[in-house]
Amino acid sequence: MALLDVKDLSIHFGGVKAVQNVSFQIDAGIVYSVIGPNGAGKTTLFNLITGVYRPTTGEIRLDGEAIHGKSPDELARRGVARTFQNLQICMNMTALENVMVGAHLRLDRNLFKAALRWPSLRARDRELREEAAELMRFVGLASYQGARADSMSYGALKRLEIARALAMKPRLIFLDEPAAGLNPKETIEVDELVRKVADAGVTVVLVEHDMKMVMNLSDRILVLDYGKKLAEGTGAQVRNNPDVIAAYLGAHA
Amino acid sequence: MQKNAYFGLFIVVAVLLVLPWLMPNSFYMDLAIRMAINAIIVLGLNLLIGFAGQISLGHAGFLGIGAYASAALPTHFGWHPLLAMGAGALAAAALAGLVARPIFKLKGNYLAMATLGLGIIISIAARNEAAWTGGPDGMPVPAMALLGLELSSDRHWYWVVALLLAVSVWASLNLIDSPFGRALRALHGSEVASRVVGVDVVRYKVAIFVLSAVFASLMGSVTAHYVGFVTPGFADFFHSIELVTMVVVGGMASVYGSLVGAVLLTALPQALATFEGWETVVFGAILMLCMIFLPKGLVPTLAAKFGKGG
Repeated sequence: MALLDVKDLSIHFGGVKAVQNVSFQIDAGIVYSVIGPNGAGKTTLFNLITGVYRPTTGEIRLDGEAIHGKSPDELARRGVARTFQNLQICMNMTALENVMVGAHLRLDRNLFKAALRWPSLRARDRELREEAAELMRFVGLASYQGARADSMSYGALKRLEIARALAMKPRLIFLDEPAAGLNPKETIEVDELVRKVADAGVTVVLVEHDMKMVMNLSDRILVLDYGKKLAEGTGAQVRNNPDVIAAYLGAHA
Repeated sequence: MQKNAYFGLFIVVAVLLVLPWLMPNSFYMDLAIRMAINAIIVLGLNLLIGFAGQISLGHAGFLGIGAYASAALPTHFGWHPLLAMGAGALAAAALAGLVARPIFKLKGNYLAMATLGLGIIISIAARNEAAWTGGPDGMPVPAMALLGLELSSDRHWYWVVALLLAVSVWASLNLIDSPFGRALRALHGSEVASRVVGVDVVRYKVAIFVLSAVFASLMGSVTAHYVGFVTPGFADFFHSIELVTMVVVGGMASVYGSLVGAVLLTALPQALATFEGWETVVFGAILMLCMIFLPKGLVPTLAAKFGKGG
């Protein structure tokens, strides 16, 4: 059975049909990419699956369990992590604390123990600090451990989001344009990072415009256009699909 | 947020220990007690406003609940003052919890309006339920006794309030640097991001709102016993604004800023008494200058200038 099973998913914003009857399946352990021209509905699709939006119709199943309409925090409990195209970093915190927040659900969140500086809670926090530092090294931010988030560059913040998502120990991670706005060198580094994440056993769903990166990383690719599924398959299948070529190059197939 | 944050606590404790011996007369002692009481309320409010990023313009209402519980329950039913204080805190917690869920579905201006309304309703209730509250004239509060010792002199009160303040500072510092506190700060920084990592945002907002309401209610009780008299002014809208001003002037999301804000704004009206009739104008001008030149509040601005975390 597929890890994620999306069936006939649609969402309408007033008269705009941002996603229409999209179906696909993602097997555990692969890198799955969603591509398409600007406005094709890629981020909307992410927002639907990760609970930010509620689908108008259709269903989403994670490991067989229906998850459509569940809130983002309920999905987080089920091991679904994500990053954002427009950064969502807590600028009022340090870089390390941002990563630590990612582990929220794995911690004792009791208010009274926190106020009383409960020893077990402090001990766990010290461990977590180590874990978070390790994750920052993993994503290549070793030198930013003491930094405030608002003092970091755009490229560094993109990685910080990935580190925070990984701190959840997710089964499934959605990366929304991790290379957007990065220079070619940084793009290659993110490419390697995504590969490392996948190798660590996390199923990766990727939205990305950098075709080289997509073709390089993806086991399967979904192509969206005007909110509809245009094609789906391996890199080679998608690349040779006449509809895809038409959508990207504007040619009449 | 690390060890130097706790260093400040030592300074606070040291100041609290030395202060009574530096007080020339009971006027200053009284002022110090009221500063400390305000500081505790502002600490609780700053957790809500500064750290969690939510506004409350009705916090004096919760103060009023505690104050009137401590006045009315012992007077009308002969309750022990501590029991009455607990009941007030419970009532404040229940009310805060009850209204918080619908309120926190609102954002920004709506939240401000909703909390404003809540505070005004409590204040009106205090004014109108004259049989229980003494109406606009207020009512006397029975004396507080702890362990058979009646709290009568300012010195007794000073030590009680100083202890409460030190514990509150310690607990606030602990809270901020814990999983709970990080979740609070995260939902302030990015609500979407905190939801995606599993923070049940509404629950956290409700929890911190209830906690700050309890802080306010408890200190309302303490104030009532200390002053020996309650009036609807306790729960007044202007008192709510005063408390928010203390948070903002001292510094949002700064534990020590809360103390500085409370101390300054409690002292300022006294210091300005010489301006006879113009004190509100001068008070307003000082606040405006603060906001223009120190928009982040006193302590965070100064801390940034001298390169230290606060």
